[in-house]
Amino acid sequence: MGFRHKDIIALKDLTREEITLLLDTADSLSEINQRDIKKVPTLRGKTVINLFYEASTRTRTSFEIAAKRLSADAVNITASTSSVVKGETLSDTANNLLAMKPDIIVMRHAVSGAHEYLAKRVSCSVINAGDGAHEHPSQGLLDMLTMRQKFGRLDGLKVAIVGDITHSRVARSDIYGLTTMGSHVFLAGPPTMMPVGIERLGNVTVCKDMREAVDQADVVMMLRIQLERQGKTLLPSMREYSRYFGLNPEVLTLAKKNAIVMHPGPINRGVELASSVADCDQSAILTQVENGVAVRMAMLYHVCGGEPVE
Amino acid sequence: MNLLIKGGRVIDPSQGMDAVMDVLIADGVVLELGQGLSAPEGTPAIDATGLIVTPGLIDMHVHLRDPGLEYKEDIATGSRSAAAGGFTSVACMPNTSPVIDSKAVASYVINKAKSEALVNVFPIGCITKGGKGESLAEMGELKEAGCVGVSDDGKPVCNSELMRRALEYAKGIGIAVISHSEDLALVGEGVMNEGFVSTELGLKGIPWAAEDIAVAREVYLAEFAGAPVHIAHISTVGSARIIRNAKARGVKVTCETAPHYFTLTDDAVRGYNTNAKMNPPLRSAADVEAMKTGLADGTIDAIATDHAPHHPDEKDVEFNVALNGIVGLETSLPLSLKLVEEGRLDLNQLVSLMSCNPAKILGLDRGTLKVGAVGDVTVIDPSKEWQVEAAKLESKSKNSPFLGWKLKGRAVYTVVKGQVVYQA
Ligand SMILES: [Zn+2]
Ligand SMILES: [Zn+2]
Repeated sequence: MGFRHKDIIALKDLTREEITLLLDTADSLSEINQRDIKKVPTLRGKTVINLFYEASTRTRTSFEIAAKRLSADAVNITASTSSVVKGETLSDTANNLLAMKPDIIVMRHAVSGAHEYLAKRVSCSVINAGDGAHEHPSQGLLDMLTMRQKFGRLDGLKVAIVGDITHSRVARSDIYGLTTMGSHVFLAGPPTMMPVGIERLGNVTVCKDMREAVDQADVVMMLRIQLERQGKTLLPSMREYSRYFGLNPEVLTLAKKNAIVMHPGPINRGVELASSVADCDQSAILTQVENGVAVRMAMLYHVCGGEPVE
Repeated sequence: MNLLIKGGRVIDPSQGMDAVMDVLIADGVVLELGQGLSAPEGTPAIDATGLIVTPGLIDMHVHLRDPGLEYKEDIATGSRSAAAGGFTSVACMPNTSPVIDSKAVASYVINKAKSEALVNVFPIGCITKGGKGESLAEMGELKEAGCVGVSDDGKPVCNSELMRRALEYAKGIGIAVISHSEDLALVGEGVMNEGFVSTELGLKGIPWAAEDIAVAREVYLAEFAGAPVHIAHISTVGSARIIRNAKARGVKVTCETAPHYFTLTDDAVRGYNTNAKMNPPLRSAADVEAMKTGLADGTIDAIATDHAPHHPDEKDVEFNVALNGIVGLETSLPLSLKLVEEGRLDLNQLVSLMSCNPAKILGLDRGTLKVGAVGDVTVIDPSKEWQVEAAKLESKSKNSPFLGWKLKGRAVYTVVKGQVVYQA
């Protein structure tokens, strides 16, 4: 089967078959990343614009490397909020970019729904590299790829996601992707960070206590707490947060013996994760980063029509 | 002006009337009601056979954007939109630029309406100077200039002491106070109703408690001050319950809701549809049901549109930055008639909600077809089917979530002081 979407905006929109196809492609492309010469001509002549309205060296670099390994020309535009301040609207920006005839726009934007807005107005493909508190599909896919590599399947896995669910686009993409693939997601976090009706997104259980979520988990996914975003009303203190919702070696013992620890990064050491946990054998954090490139290659490849890889 | 409206079903709750008869208007005033009326030679006539004839509809909450924001709407276009919707009178909110907080601006609106408007335009002045919520506006002078109410609509009066004094002062001079009720701290940066849809879309939510708490405050202040208060655009189960209970113990509180709050839920926001962005936000199915119940049992006194025109550039943007509000004058009547079709309201209730009650709340000499009353009449064809099309809306702005909808029923004649100002 082929991939029939012009854009990849949300994992919510993808079927089990489509997610499997993306993960399979990422698996086969990851071999390229092991070669001496890490480049194939698959997307030669294609232009990818990385349009980042929010700073994220990690994700941007990962998309850039992915594009370059497929021989696409990648251009980075850090649309600092300056153009927004000058009054240029997203639709103006879209028209300007289209005049440069890109094949794919990879965008990160602080506003939920910005990609849906853009995709309706441009003829090229749009890939969501994170929109507000909505979705972050490439992160969701790389998380799933990492789990699938470790366990050989996603069906029936118990995945605990802990932290600020309300503001997390990673959580939403993970929930959609994982539940579509047959995993069961357990959520834990401060009640001020647990949005209404989240359990209705799929096979999701909201837990009162982090221990309940981690208990017998195959995967423990810790979300980044954004210190700047929580203001004064959502949390009493970081200290209290780390005490009740941070992953320390003792809580980790509740998970299955072969469980893995994940984090979308960058980590606040000592807050979401004790340093010893971040660096332990069970930590798959660096594997996630590595898988990021392969997954993004697969996304670029499929929105471009998926011609054969050499 | 003279006009004979023949053979329509005349529904006028102000005099308990619901019967087929003729209405004769002479010199802009209702002269006679009855069967087989004859009029002097040359009197224009409307054959209203099979149609409904009601006191002219009144929308007590619209934004005409004039002065200052005429690129969205002006008094002429807004009044055309009103006439096309079957409204003979509208009350316009003061959050213009400059705001209506002085005799000068109120007079500007009244004078411009006299020369350009097809329908009656009654300005509402500010509660506070500049609409800033810091000190009382000169309500006496606003009333003298022709304002029929005061409101800081768009914002609540946050200071409870100031609101108390506003209610007391307004009661003394006999002008209605209209409250835009929301707790701004709870609203925060919310852009839609807080619920499953906001969770799914990753948009910041506005909890229903932000409305309920503010409505409760107004009710307690009105009770304490022994003064009437009117709550604008209620949208929640809680608001309806609070007002129902308050009325039962004799508090002088009235309220309105808008057609979108009894027609749409926050599902309409899916796809980040900015034409479904408004304040208060579209709520849940339970809230929609509560609006219908409240309209039926008399808890809700009026249907008002909160007609809020915006330029396309203000809506064709990412959801977060889109402005709040929709146009409503031309879809209000058919959306309300839908409640009659569903059996939730009868036509007499509908006419009370859209004409008699708004007139009473604002103290207008309208909302009735009693002999001697102003000859403002709406003639409705309840079975006329039509489709909402942007190009056919009379409003300067087209920001409606109902574009493309097939609706049933509309005004076929709008009559102001005996003169037909709109004919479908
Ligand atoms: Zn308002
Ligand atoms: Zn309003």
